[in-house]
Amino acid sequence: MAYRFQFQVIWDNWPLLAEGVWLTIQLSALATLMGLAVGILGALCRTSGNRLLRAIATAYVEAIRNTPFLVQLLFIFFGISSLGPRLGSEQAALLALTVNFGAYAVEIIRAGIQAIDKSQIEAGLSLGFKPLQVFRHIVLKPAIASIYPALTSQMVLLMLLSSIVSQISAEELTFVGNFLRSRTFRDFEIYFAIALIYIGLALSFKLLAHLLHKRLFRFTQYL
Amino acid sequence: MRDFTNLEILFALLWATRWTLLLSAIAFTCGGLVGFLLLLMRISPFQPVKYISWFYSEIIQGTPLLIQFLLAFFGLSILGIEISPWSSAVIALTTFTSAFLGDIWRGSVEAIPKGQWEAAKALSLPYFQQLGLVILPQALRLAIAPTVGFLAQVIKGTSLASAIGFVELARSATNITNVTFEPFFVYLVTAIIYFGLCFPISVLSRKLEKTLAH
Repeated sequence: MAYRFQFQVIWDNWPLLAEGVWLTIQLSALATLMGLAVGILGALCRTSGNRLLRAIATAYVEAIRNTPFLVQLLFIFFGISSLGPRLGSEQAALLALTVNFGAYAVEIIRAGIQAIDKSQIEAGLSLGFKPLQVFRHIVLKPAIASIYPALTSQMVLLMLLSSIVSQISAEELTFVGNFLRSRTFRDFEIYFAIALIYIGLALSFKLLAHLLHKRLFRFTQYL
Repeated sequence: MRDFTNLEILFALLWATRWTLLLSAIAFTCGGLVGFLLLLMRISPFQPVKYISWFYSEIIQGTPLLIQFLLAFFGLSILGIEISPWSSAVIALTTFTSAFLGDIWRGSVEAIPKGQWEAAKALSLPYFQQLGLVILPQALRLAIAPTVGFLAQVIKGTSLASAIGFVELARSATNITNVTFEPFFVYLVTAIIYFGLCFPISVLSRKLEKTLAH
């Protein structure tokens, strides 16, 4: 018996899917922003002269990059909640995504910072910039500009990774898919549609990142 | 019901790790073979074949691995065959691995200067000898470090097989947690086991990168 595709189920449930997409976007955006802050802080520690700070940042990066996100998520949601504050599934999801993205961001930003020529910093200081100003204008901004492609593709990976938080019942896109599957049994149609939505999200983000690059880093043409 | 000692939990997790290792090994091997085919298609002078390979990589790299697992398990049932978690996990991981390895290897081949192709052609070698005798041996040198590094990604990726009911390390951690109510300890040990598998691979990959890159 040939299988009859019925994509009707997708149209019938589009408000639910839209809610899922919205949570996916929210989680990814928030985790990216907070993860970037973690990344900048971590990269500062990684490149600092203080050995303890360097060791802590290195341990953080290696621990996260060498364990699966699923285990990090379950550890935060069940493990940490069992000891102290009980986290909701969305809070745990956001925390796990932030911690994960932060570790990758540390490595990427560190590479950018280390590519900055020392003489640039000396020039900045001799022009009377304060250390924080030097860091912001002379180190961080050109660093981010040079690692922009690596950073944005890591953001796409984070968005794709966020599908895993469905495993702790955070109601994002994949969770909605699992829910619809259990009610309608149109397995293939649903996951196929969801895969397409993820591709659409990834492509739109890449486009957005490309457009932003021109606006944000116009100064790089003078470097 | 009896209590489990920490040592028993540790051994149960280590025992479950064999499935993680086996799945990684099979997926990496199959993915490598398919990935090599994708590489050949991607660098072929025949345009349509090139675009099929490019399209495949883009689609796989643009969707979450978890969705690939779910599609391979629930979605493939439309073919009318009962598919086991074990074979769908292998299928999902193989497609995932092949797309990334194909792309990594393409990068290595494209890093070889055009003059090498031209020189091989000038010696009137046929296409596959140009590739096999001149280009690939040089590309191999560049490809080894990122390929080894990607193995760690595959090992981490196997944890998602737990979502379709395949009992490997992550899934048995959840099962053990459900019995012992010690999520902190169980997931911590699980994370340490994964770390023990992936960290040496990452370090090796970085070392290889330093020695082989020049």
